[in-house]
Amino acid sequence: MSTPTPGQTVGPFFGYALPYDGDSELVPPGSPGAVRLSGLVLDGAGQPVPDALLELWQPDADGVVSRETGSLRRDGFTFTGWGRAATDHAGRYSFTTVAPGPTASGAAPFFALTIFARGLLDKLHTRAYLPDPGADRLLESVPAERRDTLVARPDRHGFVFDVRLQGEGETVFLRHARD
Amino acid sequence: MTATSSDTAATTQAEVSAEIAALSRAYDDAGTTEERVRLDYPPYRSSILRHPTKDPHHADPEGIELWSPAFGHTDVDPLEADLTIQHAGEPVGERMVVTGRVLDGDGRPVRHQLVEVWQANAGGRYLHKRDQHPAAIDPNFTGVGRCLTDGDGVYRFTTIKPGPYPWKNHRNAWRPAHIHFSVFGSDFTQRLVTQMYFPGDPLFALDPIYQAIVDPRARERLVASYDHDVTQPEWSTGYRWDIVLTGAHRTPMEDA
Ligand SMILES: [Fe+3]
Repeated sequence: MSTPTPGQTVGPFFGYALPYDGDSELVPPGSPGAVRLSGLVLDGAGQPVPDALLELWQPDADGVVSRETGSLRRDGFTFTGWGRAATDHAGRYSFTTVAPGPTASGAAPFFALTIFARGLLDKLHTRAYLPDPGADRLLESVPAERRDTLVARPDRHGFVFDVRLQGEGETVFLRHARD
Repeated sequence: MTATSSDTAATTQAEVSAEIAALSRAYDDAGTTEERVRLDYPPYRSSILRHPTKDPHHADPEGIELWSPAFGHTDVDPLEADLTIQHAGEPVGERMVVTGRVLDGDGRPVRHQLVEVWQANAGGRYLHKRDQHPAAIDPNFTGVGRCLTDGDGVYRFTTIKPGPYPWKNHRNAWRPAHIHFSVFGSDFTQRLVTQMYFPGDPLFALDPIYQAIVDPRARERLVASYDHDVTQPEWSTGYRWDIVLTGAHRTPMEDA
């Protein structure tokens, strides 16, 4: 097992490099089944983080993991399951996508998210479960009082999922077995 | 020369260096080994309110997390790997090739996967609207590139050696020259954003972002090596830098 290369902050100047046209639109807005996944990224003082970048990776509505290329130059028809959204001046991000389906029978569907920001020295991983996720091994392993931080809430256009980097209501971030 | 910046932090480099030294001594005394960057590293002022305070929660990757997005030739034009040909003229500075392999934690090449880079120009200036450094913008250099690794996990960019640049972490703070890298593995848990540095940079000891990797050997993994075999006669210098991701959770199928 080789030792991994350490991470470093995405810095303040990714904004002209990583975002691209259509980055946050996994499906065209207004297409059948389209939903919005949006929220705020907040720091330990409850202030919005205007220089964060989120990446979304998810199965399609049937729970199928896409192996399709084309996320960087979307054709408007192919669901690749991946997208990227920078936060705006108010710390808000937004994706247009579909609700993920379960990847196995009985599995609680979730959006996988990574978070990068100026001031954040390494990536963070989390999951945004759909509202009322039901039984789930990971959720049950999280202390009850923190479980809500992993569950999106419904709104008129889809789902809201805020990321609190620090402090009260701090989002549960994940470390995987081989990290 | 008078500094033109309106530094909000009145902290001096000496004070920040003393904080860095104290954290380094504490690390040596602890006798443990930390392979990754610390999220909580107060000499990097912006991290103070942006680092999680709770330990990350252990998760066995499931479903989507066992896979990575796929990128291909519909996503990346091969010309995007050459940052020196994006405009009408040649950019200013030292033309160089940066190449290396992306490997997973088991030493397997990460094949046909996306690598993105962005960087300042030779004068240390980014083409970003919020970069206030009064160094020249180079009309022939944007500083953004992409490529896909080949069947051996090899990436390769042609670019210009970036300059160091000032930032406002503290008074007279300067970043060592670096190239930002964004890399995907074969599963999403391996996602990596990092920075590549150049050997012997005099700013290493002073930089809280580099020093946030408190283990000296771990941070050296971010330093490329000069490689004369990569250097091309009458054309460019050459640097080599391999990137190692964490272990994959899913045994990757051999790519066709
Ligand atoms: Fe930078």
